[in-house]
Amino acid sequence: MNRILATASAEFAIAFRNRWVLIAVVMMVLFSMVLSAAGSAPSGALGADRLSVTVASLTSLAVYLVPLVALLMSFDAIAGEVERGTLPLLLTYPISRAEVLLGKLMAHLAILSLAVAAGYGVAAVAAIAVDENAASGLPSLWRLMWSSVLLGATFLGVGYAISALSRRPSGAAGLAIGLWLVMIVLFDLGLLAAVVADDGGVFTTQVFPYALLANPADAFRLFNLAASEATAAAAGVSGAATSIPVWQSLTSIVVWPVLALILAVAAFRKVTP
Amino acid sequence: MTPTLTLKQLTKTYAGVRALSEVSLRVAPGERVALLGHNGAGKSTLMKIILGLIPHDGGEVVVTGAAPGSATARGNTAYLPENVAFHPALTGVEQIRYYLSLRGENPSQAMALLERVGLHGAAKRRIGTYSKGMRQRVGLAQALIGKPKLLVLDEPTSGLDPVSRRDFYSLLDGLAADGASILLSSHALTEVEARTDRIVILSKGQLVAEGSLAELRRQAALPVTLHVIARDLAAVQAALPDAVLTDGALVLTCSQEAKLAVLTRITGLGDAVADIEVLPPSLEDMYSHFSRRDGQ
Repeated sequence: MNRILATASAEFAIAFRNRWVLIAVVMMVLFSMVLSAAGSAPSGALGADRLSVTVASLTSLAVYLVPLVALLMSFDAIAGEVERGTLPLLLTYPISRAEVLLGKLMAHLAILSLAVAAGYGVAAVAAIAVDENAASGLPSLWRLMWSSVLLGATFLGVGYAISALSRRPSGAAGLAIGLWLVMIVLFDLGLLAAVVADDGGVFTTQVFPYALLANPADAFRLFNLAASEATAAAAGVSGAATSIPVWQSLTSIVVWPVLALILAVAAFRKVTP
Repeated sequence: MTPTLTLKQLTKTYAGVRALSEVSLRVAPGERVALLGHNGAGKSTLMKIILGLIPHDGGEVVVTGAAPGSATARGNTAYLPENVAFHPALTGVEQIRYYLSLRGENPSQAMALLERVGLHGAAKRRIGTYSKGMRQRVGLAQALIGKPKLLVLDEPTSGLDPVSRRDFYSLLDGLAADGASILLSSHALTEVEARTDRIVILSKGQLVAEGSLAELRRQAALPVTLHVIARDLAAVQAALPDAVLTDGALVLTCSQEAKLAVLTRITGLGDAVADIEVLPPSLEDMYSHFSRRDGQ
């Protein structure tokens, strides 16, 4: 445990010096502020409190931003060590590869939590400032926060796996961006196209819900929208959100980080320094 | 005494090419062994196998009574890689604190360790601003953590100036006196000559010679070179017809056994000789002798 903590604190110092802490926090705060400013118009008509509406828009933001920040922080984790030549020495120390990854994960998750808390916190303060009923949306904000951290953990793990597999930072960066595009953007577009083409057939009823659950980003969106009272305020998969039970999307967002970490450790074990 | 490191018939093949071929070696506690060889002779491969970084195909490796790369072996072994690198964003003291924690030692020793390698002045600067020599010192400081039983040092003095090299070797002497075994590779043959107990020469993955410097000298039986400065050149040249005049000195070579007889002959010339210099075969000569012999 000590070794994991020591690794985490060294990684945190590195991320702090490289401005990653600042970049992550500023990015989340900035986007949250823009969203709460832009989302102020329709709130009255929906009958929901301001914060719940903000949470619905923050969910759509988090789906894009959290995986991106996580991948940006993690793609260099192992490939960078290989390129700098720091890996052989580290691996002669009495620390296992899984412990190295857990240490990095701990530091990166701390940064991500900080960014998420700061960003959502700003949005919450803005919502509560203009609507006294907004406090009733606090539970959904809390849910969004911890599920965002879990979503981040998934993409951190996947990022480490990519980093170990490609062994060069430039290759890892390309793969990370490609993966982000596929899982966050193209996956949904593909599903949408398939649903349209299928026109209510077997795919839409049998395959589509599981396809959504299989993608951690979609499961995250489903979970937060299904649990939120302001479903109507969000576009996209909101229809599907009602047909898939919450426990299923919850299982997906809890199991994914574990799977991703196992994948990362397996990939890291294959790296010969 | 149980050896700290035992290699038996160690073999390693990379994609059909033999990187190491049946290398056997024992290093006792307190012993300093120098590993010599050209680039590609298998020095780094040998070290990486001992450290458990890469697997081996045949033979046996025992590191402080355990398998290479096992928790016990890693806990007892310190490593200094060739061209050691660290994260440029960390300071020297942060990096050493991290390594101390990994070895279960108190991180507050970091400053004292950096002082031991003469780096305390720059300890709070980022490693990214360090020179190569300074990075090498950080590498040295981390290798001193927690009284390792075996130190594996790959080209440890590269990037160090002569004074630092001397300090470095006296550090090693202290460690060896405390019972640590040291296996180091070097290109600087002259410094290895004075500072190690035993020399091992690797060539194309094979151990071609092993022993103390005196033993290797005997084995190689290389000729001794004599430089004779003459006062009366004609007289000396007449007495030593084999000698060749180079840069004002008459240079001749003879076998180790014939050395005394030749010297007697030269001193017999009396005042005609101004000075004599006897040059035993250098480690460089022996090194190329053993490497070449294997190549043929």
